[in-house]
Amino acid sequence: MPRCHNVAKVFIYPATSLILSDLVARFGHKPLGTALSIRERIQTAGLDSPPLQMTPDDAKRGLRWAAVEVPSGVRGRMSLFGPLIDEAEAAVIVKHADFAFGCMGCARTDELVEFLIKQKKVPTLEVEYPSDEETGIAFVRNIKEFLQNLEVSHE
Amino acid sequence: MKQKIPPLYQGTVTKYVFVESYKTTPDDLTSRAYEVSEKVMIKETCFGLQITGEESEVERAIAHIREVDPSHIFVKDRGFPPGDPRRCRANLGGARPGYFGHEFEMGVVKWISRGIEEVSSSKPDSSLPAPSPSTPEETPFLDLQKLKQIIDAEVP
Repeated sequence: MPRCHNVAKVFIYPATSLILSDLVARFGHKPLGTALSIRERIQTAGLDSPPLQMTPDDAKRGLRWAAVEVPSGVRGRMSLFGPLIDEAEAAVIVKHADFAFGCMGCARTDELVEFLIKQKKVPTLEVEYPSDEETGIAFVRNIKEFLQNLEVSHE
Repeated sequence: MKQKIPPLYQGTVTKYVFVESYKTTPDDLTSRAYEVSEKVMIKETCFGLQITGEESEVERAIAHIREVDPSHIFVKDRGFPPGDPRRCRANLGGARPGYFGHEFEMGVVKWISRGIEEVSSSKPDSSLPAPSPSTPEETPFLDLQKLKQIIDAEVP
């Protein structure tokens, strides 16, 4: 069980990852995944009925994190990930995740998210999905040690 | 005609509970969750549960069911509540999109469970496989066998 410490907001990528979300919460921190952005959108009453999880306005909101010449697919995705990155105090990223493979929108968003996290200079852990028992133990140990050593300053 | 649907279950959270265990079933978890459920909605699924309600109540129920099999129960947030007409297959007339990520991760989750068991045990860290120092920056080449599998999977 986690020791007594401040709870950090940890951005996870792939942002829908069950494993990362669970491990971050299990070791005492708050995972920031896409579900939080989607939940906020669909629970806020607006002009759309029902409220949509993605609207044309999102491509405009994405301009905060991506330039205007960047395809709208990337900007739309960034309207979900961007606020989470802004909020993040740490990040755990799985590199080369098979299921994050996709179209150029996905690929460029992957690159942009990693770039923004690195630019933010928050503590970041990069790991790869395990492929056997030994790498599984190392994966969990990596994440546990990273999360336990997080020092969070709430200003 | 466009159906008018207000935001559903405002102010609630929904969490997925996945179970991958040889000794615990979603049914066991449902019974366990109902023991402490107050003001939460529980939906049993093939992979586990979905629990919707106030955050504190949901967390309480999850903490209670995690005790059953801590290293084989995995929890994550869900954006949509269960039965949302935009996602529920009852309204879509076919299989629900998504779950590809979960499908992939459930393939590796057995090693994660093993890792959680080892890390939670009282073994000294030196006896466990060392964490890898860093991941390579270069994207690894696609394995030929894997490419063949992808091609075979696409051919009917």
